[in-house]
Amino acid sequence: MLLIACPYCGSRPEIEFRCGGEAHIARPTDPASIGDAEWAQYLFYRTNPKGVHAERWLHAHGCQRWFNGLRDTASDRIVATYAMGAPRPDLRKA
Amino acid sequence: MAQPFRLAEGGRIDRARPIALGFNGRPVEAYAGDTVASALLANGIHFVGRSFKYHRPRGIFSHGVEEPNALLWVYRGGGRADPNNRASSIEAVEGLSVHSQNHWPSLGLDVGAINDGLALLLVAGFYYKTFMWPRSFWDKLYEPWIRAAAGLGRAPNVADPDRYQHSHAHCDVLIVGAGPAGLAAALAASQGGKRVILADEQAEMGGSLLHEAAGSIDGKSAWGWLADTLAALSARGTVTLLPRTTAFGYYNHNHIGLVQRLADHLPHPHPDLPRERLWQVRAAEVVLATGAHERGLVFAGNDRPGIMLAESVRAYVNRYGVAPGRRVVIATSGASAYSAAADLKKAALEVSLVDLRAETDCAAEAEVLRASGCEVLTGHTVLGSRGRRRVSGLIVAPVGASGAFASARTLACDCVGLSGGWTPAVHLFSQSRGRLRFDAAIDAFVPGEGVQAVRSAGAANGTYRLSECLEEGWAAGAGAIGLSSARTFAGSASRTGFRPVRIMPGCEAPRRGRAFVDLQNDVTAGDIELAVREGFEPIEHVKRYTTTGMATDQGKTANMAALGLVAETLRKPIPEVGTTTFRPPYTPVTFGALAGAARGTLLDPVRTTPVHDWAVAHGAVFEDVGLWKRARYFPRDGEDMHAAVARECLAVRTNAGLLDASTLGKIEVVGPDAAEFLSRIYTGAFSRLEPGRCRYSLILREDGYILDDGVVARIAPDRFHVTTTTGGASRVLQHMEDYLQTEWPQLRVYLTSITEQFATLALQGPKARDILAPLVEGIDLSDAALPHMAVRMGHVCGVRCRLFRVSFTGELGYEMNVPSGHGPAVWEALIERGKTFGLTPYGTEAMHVLRAEMGFIIVGQETDGTVTPDDVGLARLVAKAKGDFVGGRSLRRPDLVSPRRKQRVGLLTEDSRTVLDEGAQLVADPDQPTPMRMLGHVTSSYWSANCGHPIALALLELGRSMLGRRLHATTPEGFTEVRVCAPEFLDRRGERVDG
Repeated sequence: MLLIACPYCGSRPEIEFRCGGEAHIARPTDPASIGDAEWAQYLFYRTNPKGVHAERWLHAHGCQRWFNGLRDTASDRIVATYAMGAPRPDLRKA
Repeated sequence: MAQPFRLAEGGRIDRARPIALGFNGRPVEAYAGDTVASALLANGIHFVGRSFKYHRPRGIFSHGVEEPNALLWVYRGGGRADPNNRASSIEAVEGLSVHSQNHWPSLGLDVGAINDGLALLLVAGFYYKTFMWPRSFWDKLYEPWIRAAAGLGRAPNVADPDRYQHSHAHCDVLIVGAGPAGLAAALAASQGGKRVILADEQAEMGGSLLHEAAGSIDGKSAWGWLADTLAALSARGTVTLLPRTTAFGYYNHNHIGLVQRLADHLPHPHPDLPRERLWQVRAAEVVLATGAHERGLVFAGNDRPGIMLAESVRAYVNRYGVAPGRRVVIATSGASAYSAAADLKKAALEVSLVDLRAETDCAAEAEVLRASGCEVLTGHTVLGSRGRRRVSGLIVAPVGASGAFASARTLACDCVGLSGGWTPAVHLFSQSRGRLRFDAAIDAFVPGEGVQAVRSAGAANGTYRLSECLEEGWAAGAGAIGLSSARTFAGSASRTGFRPVRIMPGCEAPRRGRAFVDLQNDVTAGDIELAVREGFEPIEHVKRYTTTGMATDQGKTANMAALGLVAETLRKPIPEVGTTTFRPPYTPVTFGALAGAARGTLLDPVRTTPVHDWAVAHGAVFEDVGLWKRARYFPRDGEDMHAAVARECLAVRTNAGLLDASTLGKIEVVGPDAAEFLSRIYTGAFSRLEPGRCRYSLILREDGYILDDGVVARIAPDRFHVTTTTGGASRVLQHMEDYLQTEWPQLRVYLTSITEQFATLALQGPKARDILAPLVEGIDLSDAALPHMAVRMGHVCGVRCRLFRVSFTGELGYEMNVPSGHGPAVWEALIERGKTFGLTPYGTEAMHVLRAEMGFIIVGQETDGTVTPDDVGLARLVAKAKGDFVGGRSLRRPDLVSPRRKQRVGLLTEDSRTVLDEGAQLVADPDQPTPMRMLGHVTSSYWSANCGHPIALALLELGRSMLGRRLHATTPEGFTEVRVCAPEFLDRRGERVDG
């Protein structure tokens, strides 16, 4: 079971959370003006990296707040968690 | 004499405390400190079970959890029955009753043993090859027969009366295994007050030290050092010692599952004591000191009772004071077995040793042993064994320089100890996703690069010398708390090194007799070679085709032999063949421990409404809706469900009915941007919805499909009360929070679940207003003042109320939301007031029928996550002139505007009698060849008392253009004719809601 550091509550076990899929996928500001292919891209297409992956997490059985996290999909190591709206941490600087 | 094979002295058993066990109903004497296996051996019993496939006699093979053969059914009275326990790890306790398995009618006389004679037929892949044809034989003949023949042991047939507990723990260092390496690690890690948990699967801590009777550490005897070390660790307040505790699973982020056995070793456990405790430990650092398992040797007839592992023979002598035989032959390809032979000799047993290695490779240890008077045959192979229910001889022969063997001879014996080298127990390390590295020098996989904060030490790390195990353990324990500290230990000398051998020379194909690789699943060397010949080359395929390593022991003693054989057959090095995946649990875990307290009424929480007690008192039949208990119908004397529902349905349309709708999800949406927010979430537009008005609307997922529906009521300009389906309440709240927090954080909106704060009472029917009017204060109920889809604040029966004029029945209707605590009083006042009006309480079943008569949808019934508003005829609910909303753009996706989509229709059965099955498929021509073209399916189906005939809703391809068409619906008996109609069966113009 993962140990996830909620930016608001601290480390909690995975069962308190819900994963919301890939993070940093901006919802188009004017969906009406874009074509089917572009909309489908937003709706369905996700990266599936082996390695560090940014994903959305909800502390569903805790503070009920959404945040983002970087998780290594190969090792399941959680590299960072950060508030929704914050930019993705640049790991090269770390 | 009782216990004829008990040695006169020695061992760690308590001879002052005799114990009586039962084996197959026959009394067996033992001592405290025995395992069932050592007790049986002390009484000369080796033959304790029949093998899985061939029903061959099998004996006790090991002294630990790796035991493949000696699986017993343990009975402790009542529901305390447990199959497939390893005799070598069940503690002997007064009154325990154990039984052998997999035979009929008895252990000695077993009909299934005929399989042994059919062995040529029962080769690898037998099932796949044999039960292919004819297809029709599968259900009636093959499967029942295989099911009856398969499986080991009997499952208990009454409930388990024991209690199981769950505990959580955190620590700085978790150490698994309390052998020399684990103990040294614990000593090092617990310096300076770090929290250490030391877990060991055995009754006594000490691991291999427990049978290292003559060993020494730092000038003390091994047993003296062990006692001092355990005392020192117990004295440290921050160390938790957990004996009888198996670390069975290593999960993410150093989350380790342990199971602790608390009661099975006690003759009369206190009734309050849990039987087992499941620990979930989150450790900053983990040290794995799990030891190693000895390998047997592969030769014809290597499975007879009396043939066991060499180190296990030694353990029975040294630790339990038991002689597994009087004349023992040790057969080995390595040095460690010489210690076994020496200890047997010291216990005055007759012992000889056969070493596959040439004299030049083992002269040192051979000389020492010969000096003590043992016969040592070096450069000898084992060709087979003699005996039936007990080994009586071992056939050995010298190996020639060319690999051929010369004249064979039989060594008479009643016990054989095998040693084919050692396999580090890397199970937990592998579960932690660490990479294994093949070490050719010890012919084994050892821990390589780790992924988590984990270290391995001692034999688990491929280190076999006692001093080095202690030193490595110390270094690992120190490293785990951030110290780089080394310490030297003076341990007695260990004999290490072996020559890997896959099949004993002379036993290669063509083979005489069967040479077993996996004893528990009866897999022979021939099966593995056959699998490879048939093209199952990847080790994972060989494993599944032959079932090697797939028994309850997971091949602890077998896997390396199988892997080596595959590599040899393919002429590939072992690392290229790889290894199979180690998965939890390391040893079997009881379902009781996993379930813990989550049994019976504690399995799931139960949610009840404020009116629940009244419903119980009035005979309601309940149904589960999610976690909720909802009254399904209220049968009167002698009524069945059909009669009760028909009566309730008629009453609602004739007089009035009262439904407890408290389970409806309710969310309060508050804030200056609430209307804007709801317009982006729902298909409707709410900016111009006036306070005091409601609107029915849909919520879509971003992909355009219906997620939920409900009523949005504007209580005040900045305050909305929205309802969701019962099952969708938390889903909808999460969906709203998701968009609010992640897409539109600038909107000033607050969401609060108010489901449990309000009791919702739905009063429906033509007489609803007459019943309600005198109970209401501060609200004008007239059509002009409170029209359909309006909401007012006021009082009902003197209680604050949000009064909705809404209808899910199509009748004049009101929904009263009153504070939960007042729900029962208001409900009872309404029932009392309604008596003279024929007011009838109704349940969810009547609610379903009544809404279907009007063609109203239920999300999750008419929708399944692939249904759009237009599919269910609700395109009018999608506001045209508003901006972007969730799912709006997707409604223009090509697939969602396809002309061939399924659309909601009504169905009438032509015979006016048959109530269709929900889920029944619709076809145009029942005589077409299969697979038929299915045009749609039934989503709701009921008997309608108000219509006088069955009604159904369906999703049908091009449904709205099919009105009047005749189709055919599947039934369990065949097809029945149906006619497509509009989905409203009553009051098509919707006039009844106006009363």
